[in-house]
Amino acid sequence: MAHGPAKGIGRWLFTTNHKDIGTMYLWFSFAMFLMGGSFAMIIRAELFQPGMQIIRPEFFNQMTTMHGLVMVFGAIMPAFVGLANWMIPLQIGAPDMALPRMNNLSFWILPFAFTLLTATLFMEGGAPNFGWTFYAPLSTTYAPPTVNYFIFGVHLMGASSIMGSINIIATVLNMRAPGMTLMKMPMFVWTWLITAFLLIAVMPVLAGAVTMMLMDINFGTSFFNAAGGGDPVLFQHVFWFFGHPEVYIIILPAFGVISHIIPAFSRKPLFGYSSMVYATASIAFLSFIVWAHHMFLVGMPIGGELYFMYATMLIAVPTAAKVFNWISTMFRGSLSFETPMLYAVAFVILFTIGGFTGIMLAVAPADIQYHDTYFVVAHFHYVMVAGAIFSSTAAVYYWLPKWTGKMYNETMGKVQFWIGFIGFNVTFFPQHFIGLAGMPRRYSDYALQFSDWNMVSSIGAFTYGAAQLLFLYNVISTIRSGKPVSEPKTWDGAEGLEWMVPTPAPYHTFSTPPVIK
Amino acid sequence: MEKDIPKTSVKKTLLKLSIGAVGMFVFAVFLMPPLYYALCDLTGIGGKTSGRYEVQDTTIDTSRTVKVQFLTVNNGSMPWDFSPKVTEVRVHPGESKAVAFYAKNRTSKDMVAQAVPNLTPINATKYFHKTECFCFNQQPLSAWSEIDMPLVFIVDKDIPKTVNTITLSYTLFDITDSANSAEFPVAQLNQ
Repeated sequence: MAHGPAKGIGRWLFTTNHKDIGTMYLWFSFAMFLMGGSFAMIIRAELFQPGMQIIRPEFFNQMTTMHGLVMVFGAIMPAFVGLANWMIPLQIGAPDMALPRMNNLSFWILPFAFTLLTATLFMEGGAPNFGWTFYAPLSTTYAPPTVNYFIFGVHLMGASSIMGSINIIATVLNMRAPGMTLMKMPMFVWTWLITAFLLIAVMPVLAGAVTMMLMDINFGTSFFNAAGGGDPVLFQHVFWFFGHPEVYIIILPAFGVISHIIPAFSRKPLFGYSSMVYATASIAFLSFIVWAHHMFLVGMPIGGELYFMYATMLIAVPTAAKVFNWISTMFRGSLSFETPMLYAVAFVILFTIGGFTGIMLAVAPADIQYHDTYFVVAHFHYVMVAGAIFSSTAAVYYWLPKWTGKMYNETMGKVQFWIGFIGFNVTFFPQHFIGLAGMPRRYSDYALQFSDWNMVSSIGAFTYGAAQLLFLYNVISTIRSGKPVSEPKTWDGAEGLEWMVPTPAPYHTFSTPPVIK
Repeated sequence: MEKDIPKTSVKKTLLKLSIGAVGMFVFAVFLMPPLYYALCDLTGIGGKTSGRYEVQDTTIDTSRTVKVQFLTVNNGSMPWDFSPKVTEVRVHPGESKAVAFYAKNRTSKDMVAQAVPNLTPINATKYFHKTECFCFNQQPLSAWSEIDMPLVFIVDKDIPKTVNTITLSYTLFDITDSANSAEFPVAQLNQ
């Protein structure tokens, strides 16, 4: 029979085991989450009061940029890749990923990519300071010299993501257990399959955008330089052609996670499985044709504004189908509210709020007021944090007993949830108000009338940050001293192949594929 | 235990997806910029006026008058004086009109500039023709010297009836560092 893991550090360096690699992705992502979070704490500490208090404006700009980059590429994306590595082979009855060595490579690229990126903080000229969207010419003509490290970092992250996606698609398409047709796949597998296709389509575009920047900066081309015949607006088109699908790359796996947790704690099968699949695919398709709604103020012709406005609003339809399906799953279910379910329900509520503000922002004439204000900041934190972070936290609580064979402390989990939930809303809900009142984003100082809500927002942010430390404590104490569990099904309502293997999941699973009836 | 994994079909998937990824990179770097500029040229969005125009038809439509306004902007900290000699002219469609822009290098070093045009409204872009423009070339100017730079244009007779005013703006960029000074000897080009 199969052998166990190797001993010592070599286990982690050379592993090709999907569970080991998934674990490394998850820990790496959490480390990046704490780092990006500490950048956010610096931002909120500076904005606690008007005027310059703690840091200099130049450093503030570096913090907003690094916070965005680290959270998007370092925390959220690797978290879901980690979940995919752990759960996809278990959920489709495969012994491992299809390309295990490439899997190892795609993880081990990441520490190098983020070392390159964060090392810029200690270099002359400072870290990138042009915002996570790195609009040219701010990121080319006016960039600090460290921009080259940023560019190579992004190239590496892109390579890692593309390899990870190829691996996921190859696994899902070729290694499903006999009898598992596409329309019998668990939702998490479906959403990741579609996400992986999105990644392969747009990560190369991001690589292209930074390559063009590299050429403009170092080799005298003029892709984005108006003086040389280029156009900075072109940069925004290329960037958002990547950037808009990217936000669905972040949220689709979250939809998948929620589509497992809600049925498990409602003790009912997922309502409208096939409509969920089609809704996911529709969202993915629409994500490619709406990118310019991020650019309503560049001087688009009215026809363009109208098209991008209506196309964007159209995304609300498949998204609403998903929300209604989750609610219908809960309807008349035998509900219980363990920590994963609390997170899942909070996800549905808060993500829907973020979706509604998204529709407000999609309205081109109204966007003229909202553009680049804290209203936008509030909007995308409702979908990124309450969407992606809440759902990956839910996933960790949900699958942690399966991974470790230990049960987390339910009371501690609930305490952590409520502190985080309150902290999150206290942080970001007031940002809707100050945004509508006109406070622009990405500034280290603000007009006096925004003082009160900024102070509230900062207090909320510190609370939310503390909740994440509690989360770390919960996970570590579960691993070290959690109550051992051994029945395959941790949650009585949970369905799926991952609950058929022993708990904790052995190092090798499904060496002989299960048969799906 | 691994004999169940269909190796060849995994390889096939790997190959297809890798080609897809490389294809998207090529699309982004080599196709998106030309497509973008082609679309801008075709529709006039972006307000980019086109290159030198060859006059075919010299008749003038005296029944209409179009107001053309001129604006100048210095990019960043470009230290030149830069302004239109006249800020506004009225022309008949089809009529060739010459105007001039004034520039002075207010520094003690020789510099090279490039003016980049932008035109509103965008549905007029295709109907604004330049037969001569200082923006077609880089503009060298030695220290403290000044120059009047020509622009000759024709408003097309087919310009939409709704367009009564055209605003043409020039942004002046300092390209001293990137300009090839051997190719543009400053002393020779100045008057």
